[in-house]
Amino acid sequence: MLDLLQSAQRLKQDLLEAPVKKSAALRGQAFVNLFFEPSTRTKNSFELAGKYLGADVINFQGKGSSVEKGETLYDTALNLEAMGVDLVVVRHQASGVPEDLARYLSVPVVNAGDGFHEHPTQGLLDLMTVWERNPHLDSLHLVIVGDILHSRVARSDLWGFSAMGARVTLVGPPSLLPTALAVPNVSLTTDFDAALADADVVQVLRIQKERQSMAGMPSVEEYRLRWGLTAARAKQLGPSAVILHPGPQNRGVEIDTPVMADPRAHILGQVENGVAVRMAVLDRLMGGDHE
Amino acid sequence: MSNDTVIRIRGARLIDPYQGLEAPDADIRILNGRVLASQEGQQYPEEVIDARGLWVVPRLIDMHVHFREPGQTWKENIETGSQAAAHGGITAVAAMPNTSPVIDSPELVEWEAKRARDLGLVRLYPVGAITVGSEGQELADLYRMQAAGARAFSDDGQPVMSSQMMRAALSYSTTLRTPIINHAEDKSLSRGASVHEGRPAARLGLAGVPETAESAMVWRDVLLAALTGGRLHVAHVSAMDSIDALAWAQHRHLSVTAEATPHHLLLTDEALTAWGYNPVTKVNPPLRPEASRQALVTAVQKGLIGVLASDHAPHHQDDKARPYPDAPFGISGLETILGGLVTALIQPGLMTPMNALKLLTTGPDGVLGLGCQGLAPGQPADLTLIDPGHVWTVDPDCFYSMGRNTPLQGMALTGQARAAMVNGRWVMREGEVLSS
Ligand SMILES: [Zn+2]
Repeated sequence: MLDLLQSAQRLKQDLLEAPVKKSAALRGQAFVNLFFEPSTRTKNSFELAGKYLGADVINFQGKGSSVEKGETLYDTALNLEAMGVDLVVVRHQASGVPEDLARYLSVPVVNAGDGFHEHPTQGLLDLMTVWERNPHLDSLHLVIVGDILHSRVARSDLWGFSAMGARVTLVGPPSLLPTALAVPNVSLTTDFDAALADADVVQVLRIQKERQSMAGMPSVEEYRLRWGLTAARAKQLGPSAVILHPGPQNRGVEIDTPVMADPRAHILGQVENGVAVRMAVLDRLMGGDHE
Repeated sequence: MSNDTVIRIRGARLIDPYQGLEAPDADIRILNGRVLASQEGQQYPEEVIDARGLWVVPRLIDMHVHFREPGQTWKENIETGSQAAAHGGITAVAAMPNTSPVIDSPELVEWEAKRARDLGLVRLYPVGAITVGSEGQELADLYRMQAAGARAFSDDGQPVMSSQMMRAALSYSTTLRTPIINHAEDKSLSRGASVHEGRPAARLGLAGVPETAESAMVWRDVLLAALTGGRLHVAHVSAMDSIDALAWAQHRHLSVTAEATPHHLLLTDEALTAWGYNPVTKVNPPLRPEASRQALVTAVQKGLIGVLASDHAPHHQDDKARPYPDAPFGISGLETILGGLVTALIQPGLMTPMNALKLLTTGPDGVLGLGCQGLAPGQPADLTLIDPGHVWTVDPDCFYSMGRNTPLQGMALTGQARAAMVNGRWVMREGEVLSS
């Protein structure tokens, strides 16, 4: 993982911060963005990452209806493979689809987010954003706040940071916390203020209003009062703390507008690192022997 | 076979829970579909079957199967379902009514029973719907369906969500001889869920359902059985607190019975970790944690649960190839139920063969009110020869069922049916199903 972060950092310096953002590393290679759930941000990020490395990108917007037969999904992927793509990036609303696809296809499959399961490149870009500022990840306390139960971002951050030795606290309303998740160094709490007391990194998750009503949550006003990263709460954090949000934000709900402008918030840095880690991932899986 | 040849099965160990009879070296003679008394029929020629080392057991009943006909015959039909039963050594089934259309009228009950009778591979007892179309709105014509041959009523696949409707059905059952079977699941707690809400679900990011979705409704049903005096049968028990409700019902001497499935006795939600996103593990109610599995085994041992049923729910490969959250619930179970019984309960010494086999004989017979008298002279010859020590590996490609979906795939089971007879005719021998 550290290896990936280092190559992401190299690519960021060599390409993203260079005047001409073009490399030939992946020239002649093609991959497909197979998105069954709308997401402009992640899709654009993968697309740019590929283009900066010289790869060709095909965007495929699947219908993504849950009644669609799996057969169709796998047929689509097999067809794309038959057309000669070298890698498939997939986003799907059902957990496990990327893993299933990887069994069907012989080319690499990159998970761009599946159901409530995982969003690995998000986990990597969050790690990178923190690691750039503090390489001692094992000394850190990460607090993730929001709808943990339905968050693939929370899961990927959780595995990524805990693998690097960090302590992780998951915070949210009781109905949005998993009831069973016995993982070492990971604790669950509903008390955001207590968790913030010694937090080094705060990941603020987006609240999805539909899911919130499903789980019997109170109003957004009450959510903000208890679990929002308000300006007052941000004051509790130390000067070197890192504030993250995977976007898009509901300003004034899970995060206050002044907090987004706080120098400790690195939300745009996350977006930039998103392209960097995706370049590193694509390069790792499609580049191979050019180094 | 000509009508005047006696089939004589010698040397097997007879285990007949219907008569409470166990004999080490049985000698059973069958003529014209019936069991002969010892002095009867001696003038006829004999075909002798050497069954040494095997058990011979009368009518094995699986009281919870889905045969999908009419309406969903790409998943299964009455013929393939009957073949699966014969292959599994099961000589009688009760078929759930959640077909398309739903079996909710006397005409459909008769049609289904006749279809199975014509095939002659298994005795089929229709279960009628509790409510019209199993929609939970209006009580179906239970009395007329009973007269047409329905042996129980259920909206299985769906719970009876309305307590008022469940009360009405249980009250009405006091004027019938048939039980009300409920698939207990509070849909408002289970919405969107595909697995048990536990550690494996949290790791895989699959929406989970707590045991409470089942047990809250089992408690409701048991309390309504107390209120009405109705006959309640709880389908596929999987939750710990459901067992407490059954114990309470027993203490109160209520007419409450219950069943467990082999998959809930053999597997836990750790199967999700092993199978990942392969939906063969997707079943409703879901596979539960080890503590619940153990509680279920204990409840079966104690007799709180008196029936083993497969909840045979075959699905087409294409349906089971959908992403996990979208795939249908269900396991193809008829061809593994006997091995499941021996492996889960007899082989580890948890129950004697006689007591364990009650779960497939007198248990369901009592619930459905069939009145089978086992292999007593004059009775219809429904029997299964079982090799109790045979260890075999579950291979769904060898199934007769069209449903190949089972998380027992690849598992070694002990105990397998060698032959099965319905009404004096062999329907399966040495693993091969024999059509009439
Ligand atoms: Zn059911």
